[in-house]
Amino acid sequence: MTSSVIIYQALFYLFAGALVLSALRVITVKNPVHAALFLVLAFVNAAFLWVQMGAEFLGIILVLVYVGAVMVLFLFVVMMLDINTATMREGVTRYAPLGLIIAGVIVAEVAWAIWGQHLGIANAPHPAAPPAHISNTEELGQVLYTHYVYAFEVAAVILLLGIVSAIALALRWRPDTKHQDPARQVRVRSTEGRIRLVDLRNEREGGEQ
Amino acid sequence: MIGLYHYLGLAAVLFAIAIAGIFINRKNMVLLLMCIELMLLAVNFNFIAFSRFSGDIGGQIFVFFILTVAAAEAAVGLAILVVLFRNRHSINVQEINRLKG
Repeated sequence: MTSSVIIYQALFYLFAGALVLSALRVITVKNPVHAALFLVLAFVNAAFLWVQMGAEFLGIILVLVYVGAVMVLFLFVVMMLDINTATMREGVTRYAPLGLIIAGVIVAEVAWAIWGQHLGIANAPHPAAPPAHISNTEELGQVLYTHYVYAFEVAAVILLLGIVSAIALALRWRPDTKHQDPARQVRVRSTEGRIRLVDLRNEREGGEQ
Repeated sequence: MIGLYHYLGLAAVLFAIAIAGIFINRKNMVLLLMCIELMLLAVNFNFIAFSRFSGDIGGQIFVFFILTVAAAEAAVGLAILVVLFRNRHSINVQEINRLKG
Protein backbone atom coordinates (compact mmCIF):
# COMPACT_ATOMS: atom_id res chain seq x y z
CA MET A 1 0.00 0.00 0.00
CA THR A 2 1.59 3.21 -1.13
CA SER A 3 1.60 6.37 0.91
CA SER A 4 -0.75 8.18 -1.48
CA VAL A 5 -3.41 5.53 -0.88
CA ILE A 6 -2.99 5.92 2.88
CA ILE A 7 -3.35 9.69 2.58
CA TYR A 8 -6.44 9.21 0.39
CA GLN A 9 -8.02 6.93 2.99
CA ALA A 10 -7.08 9.17 5.89
CA LEU A 11 -8.62 12.19 4.16
CA PHE A 12 -11.78 10.24 3.41
CA TYR A 13 -12.23 9.19 7.03
CA LEU A 14 -11.33 12.66 8.31
CA PHE A 15 -13.87 14.45 6.15
CA ALA A 16 -16.53 11.75 6.45
CA GLY A 17 -16.24 11.91 10.22
CA ALA A 18 -16.45 15.69 10.21
CA LEU A 19 -19.47 15.46 7.88
CA VAL A 20 -21.35 13.05 10.15
CA LEU A 21 -20.48 15.01 13.29
CA SER A 22 -21.57 18.33 11.82
CA ALA A 23 -24.80 16.74 10.52
CA LEU A 24 -25.46 15.45 14.03
CA ARG A 25 -24.88 18.93 15.42
CA VAL A 26 -27.33 20.36 12.87
CA ILE A 27 -30.17 18.33 14.28
CA THR A 28 -29.26 18.56 17.97
CA VAL A 29 -28.13 22.14 18.46
CA LYS A 30 -30.56 24.54 20.12
CA ASN A 31 -29.93 27.74 18.24
CA PRO A 32 -31.10 27.71 14.59
CA VAL A 33 -28.25 30.04 13.60
CA HIS A 34 -25.75 27.50 14.90
CA ALA A 35 -27.64 24.78 13.04
CA ALA A 36 -27.30 26.74 9.79
CA LEU A 37 -23.58 27.24 10.38
CA PHE A 38 -23.07 23.54 11.08
CA LEU A 39 -24.95 22.80 7.88
CA VAL A 40 -22.44 25.01 6.07
CA LEU A 41 -19.64 22.94 7.61
CA ALA A 42 -21.38 19.75 6.47
CA PHE A 43 -21.67 21.07 2.91
CA VAL A 44 -17.99 22.04 2.80
CA ASN A 45 -16.96 18.57 3.97
CA ALA A 46 -19.28 16.99 1.41
CA ALA A 47 -17.80 19.19 -1.29
CA PHE A 48 -14.32 17.94 -0.42
CA LEU A 49 -15.48 14.33 -0.62
CA TRP A 50 -17.06 14.99 -4.01
CA VAL A 51 -13.82 16.48 -5.27
CA GLN A 52 -12.02 13.43 -3.93
CA MET A 53 -14.40 11.23 -5.93
CA GLY A 54 -13.46 13.10 -9.09
CA ALA A 55 -16.56 15.32 -9.32
CA GLU A 56 -14.63 18.58 -9.12
CA PHE A 57 -17.24 20.68 -10.88
CA LEU A 58 -20.06 19.56 -8.61
CA GLY A 59 -17.93 20.05 -5.51
CA ILE A 60 -17.25 23.65 -6.47
CA ILE A 61 -20.90 24.15 -7.42
CA LEU A 62 -21.90 22.81 -4.01
CA VAL A 63 -19.73 25.39 -2.28
CA LEU A 64 -20.82 28.22 -4.56
CA VAL A 65 -24.54 27.53 -4.70
CA TYR A 66 -25.17 26.00 -1.28
CA VAL A 67 -22.67 27.64 1.00
CA GLY A 68 -22.69 30.88 -0.96
CA ALA A 69 -26.37 31.32 -1.73
CA VAL A 70 -28.77 28.89 -0.12
CA MET A 71 -27.24 28.89 3.34
CA VAL A 72 -26.91 32.67 3.33
CA LEU A 73 -30.62 32.76 2.51
CA PHE A 74 -31.27 30.42 5.42
CA LEU A 75 -29.21 32.59 7.75
CA PHE A 76 -31.04 35.73 6.65
CA VAL A 77 -34.42 34.12 7.26
CA VAL A 78 -33.39 32.67 10.62
CA MET A 79 -32.09 36.03 11.77
CA MET A 80 -35.17 37.88 10.50
CA LEU A 81 -37.63 35.63 12.27
CA ASP A 82 -37.97 35.92 16.00
CA ILE A 83 -37.98 32.26 16.90
CA ASN A 84 -38.71 31.25 20.43
CA THR A 85 -36.32 28.33 20.75
CA ALA A 86 -37.71 27.26 24.11
CA THR A 87 -41.17 26.39 22.77
CA MET A 88 -39.56 24.91 19.66
CA ARG A 89 -37.63 22.45 21.78
CA GLU A 90 -40.68 21.12 23.58
CA GLY A 91 -41.19 17.42 23.19
CA VAL A 92 -37.67 16.73 21.91
CA THR A 93 -37.06 14.03 24.48
CA ARG A 94 -40.46 12.54 23.70
CA TYR A 95 -39.87 12.21 19.98
CA ALA A 96 -36.14 11.45 20.01
CA PRO A 97 -36.48 7.67 20.65
CA LEU A 98 -38.87 7.23 17.72
CA GLY A 99 -36.52 9.20 15.46
CA LEU A 100 -33.53 7.15 16.58
CA ILE A 101 -35.41 3.89 15.98
CA ILE A 102 -36.41 4.88 12.46
CA ALA A 103 -32.90 6.15 11.67
CA GLY A 104 -31.48 2.86 12.91
CA VAL A 105 -33.93 0.88 10.80
CA ILE A 106 -32.95 2.88 7.70
CA VAL A 107 -29.23 2.38 8.32
CA ALA A 108 -29.78 -1.34 8.91
CA GLU A 109 -31.80 -1.72 5.72
CA VAL A 110 -29.28 0.12 3.58
CA ALA A 111 -26.39 -1.77 5.19
CA TRP A 112 -28.15 -5.05 4.45
CA ALA A 113 -28.59 -3.97 0.84
CA ILE A 114 -24.99 -2.77 0.49
CA TRP A 115 -23.12 -5.54 2.25
CA GLY A 116 -25.42 -8.33 1.16
CA GLN A 117 -24.32 -10.34 -1.82
CA HIS A 118 -27.45 -9.64 -3.86
CA LEU A 119 -26.27 -6.45 -5.49
CA GLY A 120 -22.57 -7.26 -5.50
CA ILE A 121 -21.68 -3.81 -4.27
CA ALA A 122 -19.17 -5.01 -1.68
CA ASN A 123 -16.96 -6.46 -4.38
CA ALA A 124 -17.60 -3.86 -7.03
CA PRO A 125 -14.53 -3.26 -9.16
CA HIS A 126 -12.52 -0.17 -8.50
CA PRO A 127 -13.08 2.49 -11.09
CA ALA A 128 -10.60 3.29 -13.76
CA ALA A 129 -8.73 6.53 -13.36
CA PRO A 130 -10.55 9.45 -14.93
CA PRO A 131 -9.30 10.37 -18.39
CA ALA A 132 -6.28 12.60 -18.16
CA HIS A 133 -6.75 14.59 -21.33
CA ILE A 134 -10.18 15.95 -20.42
CA SER A 135 -11.32 17.69 -17.27
CA ASN A 136 -14.44 16.84 -15.32
CA THR A 137 -16.04 20.15 -16.26
CA GLU A 138 -15.43 19.54 -19.95
CA GLU A 139 -16.76 16.02 -19.65
CA LEU A 140 -19.96 17.31 -18.04
CA GLY A 141 -20.37 20.07 -20.59
CA GLN A 142 -20.03 17.71 -23.50
CA VAL A 143 -23.14 15.77 -22.49
CA LEU A 144 -25.03 18.58 -20.76
CA TYR A 145 -25.37 20.71 -23.87
CA THR A 146 -26.03 17.85 -26.26
CA HIS A 147 -27.77 14.88 -24.73
CA TYR A 148 -29.40 16.64 -21.79
CA VAL A 149 -30.12 19.99 -23.40
CA TYR A 150 -33.91 19.80 -22.93
CA ALA A 151 -33.50 18.96 -19.25
CA PHE A 152 -31.06 21.86 -19.01
CA GLU A 153 -33.67 24.23 -20.44
CA VAL A 154 -36.31 22.87 -18.07
CA ALA A 155 -33.93 23.47 -15.15
CA ALA A 156 -33.57 27.09 -16.26
CA VAL A 157 -37.36 27.46 -16.35
CA ILE A 158 -37.61 25.94 -12.87
CA LEU A 159 -35.13 28.48 -11.56
CA LEU A 160 -37.13 31.29 -13.16
CA LEU A 161 -40.28 29.88 -11.59
CA GLY A 162 -38.52 29.80 -8.23
CA ILE A 163 -37.51 33.45 -8.52
CA VAL A 164 -40.97 34.61 -9.57
CA SER A 165 -42.85 32.59 -6.97
CA ALA A 166 -40.51 33.55 -4.12
CA ILE A 167 -40.85 37.25 -4.94
CA ALA A 168 -44.62 36.97 -5.43
CA LEU A 169 -44.98 35.22 -2.08
CA ALA A 170 -42.80 37.49 0.00
CA LEU A 171 -43.64 40.82 -1.63
CA ARG A 172 -45.75 43.02 0.60
CA TRP A 173 -47.64 46.11 -0.60
CA ARG A 174 -47.83 48.56 2.24
CA PRO A 175 -50.11 51.52 1.52
CA ASP A 176 -48.50 53.76 4.15
CA THR A 177 -45.06 53.84 2.59
CA LYS A 178 -44.06 56.50 0.07
CA HIS A 179 -43.05 55.07 -3.24
CA GLN A 180 -42.83 56.15 -6.86
CA ASP A 181 -45.39 55.10 -9.41
CA PRO A 182 -43.45 54.82 -12.66
CA ALA A 183 -46.61 54.45 -14.74
CA ARG A 184 -47.92 57.82 -13.56
CA GLN A 185 -44.51 59.38 -14.05
CA VAL A 186 -44.42 58.27 -17.66
CA ARG A 187 -48.03 59.17 -18.36
CA VAL A 188 -47.77 62.80 -17.23
CA ARG A 189 -48.56 65.60 -19.74
CA SER A 190 -46.82 68.94 -19.59
CA THR A 191 -50.09 70.81 -20.09
CA GLU A 192 -51.90 69.24 -17.20
CA GLY A 193 -50.57 71.43 -14.50
CA ARG A 194 -47.24 69.95 -13.63
CA ILE A 195 -46.22 73.39 -12.39
CA ARG A 196 -48.35 75.15 -9.83
CA LEU A 197 -47.60 78.82 -9.24
CA VAL A 198 -48.29 80.04 -5.74
CA ASP A 199 -48.06 83.53 -4.38
CA LEU A 200 -46.03 83.53 -1.22
CA ARG A 201 -46.14 86.52 1.01
CA ASN A 202 -43.46 87.52 3.41
CA GLU A 203 -44.27 86.22 6.82
CA ARG A 204 -42.31 88.86 8.69
CA GLU A 205 -41.79 92.52 8.20
CA GLY A 206 -38.54 93.13 6.40
CA GLY A 207 -38.24 89.54 5.42
CA GLU A 208 -35.72 90.48 2.74
CA GLN A 209 -32.79 90.09 5.10
CA MET B 1 -8.89 1.27 -0.57
CA ILE B 2 -12.10 3.24 -0.32
CA GLY B 3 -14.79 1.28 -2.11
CA LEU B 4 -18.27 2.00 -3.33
CA TYR B 5 -19.81 0.74 -0.11
CA HIS B 6 -17.93 3.32 1.95
CA TYR B 7 -19.64 6.11 0.09
CA LEU B 8 -23.03 4.39 0.13
CA GLY B 9 -22.74 3.75 3.86
CA LEU B 10 -21.80 7.36 4.50
CA ALA B 11 -24.80 8.52 2.48
CA ALA B 12 -27.09 6.14 4.39
CA VAL B 13 -25.86 7.47 7.73
CA LEU B 14 -26.35 11.04 6.53
CA PHE B 15 -29.88 10.26 5.33
CA ALA B 16 -30.74 8.57 8.63
CA ILE B 17 -29.44 11.59 10.56
CA ALA B 18 -31.71 13.82 8.47
CA ILE B 19 -34.70 11.53 9.14
CA ALA B 20 -33.96 11.58 12.89
CA GLY B 21 -33.67 15.37 12.66
CA ILE B 22 -37.14 15.61 11.17
CA PHE B 23 -38.50 13.58 14.09
CA ILE B 24 -36.56 15.51 16.73
CA ASN B 25 -37.21 19.03 15.41
CA ARG B 26 -40.77 18.42 14.33
CA LYS B 27 -41.92 21.84 15.50
CA ASN B 28 -39.32 24.10 13.97
CA MET B 29 -39.97 24.60 10.29
CA VAL B 30 -36.54 26.11 9.58
CA LEU B 31 -34.83 23.00 10.88
CA LEU B 32 -37.20 20.81 8.89
CA LEU B 33 -36.05 22.58 5.72
CA MET B 34 -32.41 22.14 6.77
CA CYS B 35 -33.02 18.42 7.27
CA ILE B 36 -34.48 18.20 3.78
CA GLU B 37 -31.28 19.81 2.45
CA LEU B 38 -29.25 17.19 4.31
CA MET B 39 -31.34 14.41 2.75
CA LEU B 40 -30.77 15.82 -0.72
CA LEU B 41 -27.03 15.91 0.03
CA ALA B 42 -27.11 12.23 0.99
CA VAL B 43 -28.96 11.33 -2.21
CA ASN B 44 -26.45 13.30 -4.26
CA PHE B 45 -23.67 11.33 -2.59
CA ASN B 46 -25.20 8.11 -3.89
CA PHE B 47 -25.53 9.52 -7.39
CA ILE B 48 -21.91 10.68 -7.52
CA ALA B 49 -20.57 7.44 -6.05
CA PHE B 50 -22.44 5.32 -8.57
CA SER B 51 -21.44 7.68 -11.36
CA ARG B 52 -17.77 7.33 -10.39
CA PHE B 53 -17.79 3.59 -9.92
CA SER B 54 -19.76 2.78 -13.04
CA GLY B 55 -17.86 5.26 -15.17
CA ASP B 56 -21.01 7.00 -16.36
CA ILE B 57 -21.15 10.81 -16.27
CA GLY B 58 -24.98 10.76 -16.28
CA GLY B 59 -25.11 10.50 -12.49
CA GLN B 60 -23.26 13.77 -12.13
CA ILE B 61 -25.65 15.41 -14.58
CA PHE B 62 -28.49 14.23 -12.38
CA VAL B 63 -26.85 15.77 -9.32
CA PHE B 64 -26.57 19.01 -11.26
CA PHE B 65 -30.34 19.04 -11.79
CA ILE B 66 -31.05 18.02 -8.20
CA LEU B 67 -28.97 20.97 -7.01
CA THR B 68 -30.96 23.28 -9.29
CA VAL B 69 -34.31 22.05 -8.06
CA ALA B 70 -33.12 22.10 -4.43
CA ALA B 71 -32.06 25.72 -4.73
CA ALA B 72 -35.46 26.68 -6.15
CA GLU B 73 -37.16 24.61 -3.45
CA ALA B 74 -35.21 26.33 -0.69
CA ALA B 75 -36.08 29.76 -2.07
CA VAL B 76 -39.80 29.00 -2.31
CA GLY B 77 -39.85 27.22 1.05
CA LEU B 78 -38.18 30.13 2.82
CA ALA B 79 -40.55 32.59 1.12
CA ILE B 80 -43.50 30.57 2.39
CA LEU B 81 -41.88 30.55 5.83
CA VAL B 82 -41.52 34.35 5.84
CA VAL B 83 -45.16 34.81 4.80
CA LEU B 84 -46.26 32.31 7.43
CA PHE B 85 -44.32 34.10 10.14
CA ARG B 86 -45.74 37.44 9.03
CA ASN B 87 -49.30 36.15 9.35
CA ARG B 88 -49.05 33.87 12.37
CA HIS B 89 -46.00 35.23 14.27
CA SER B 90 -44.87 31.65 14.75
CA ILE B 91 -43.24 28.95 12.68
CA ASN B 92 -44.50 26.13 14.83
CA VAL B 93 -45.61 23.39 12.47
CA GLN B 94 -48.33 22.26 14.85
CA GLU B 95 -50.05 25.64 14.67
CA ILE B 96 -50.41 25.40 10.91
CA ASN B 97 -53.89 23.93 10.97
CA ARG B 98 -55.95 26.59 9.30
CA LEU B 99 -56.83 24.31 6.39
CA LYS B 100 -58.09 21.61 8.71
CA GLY B 101 -61.73 20.88 7.93
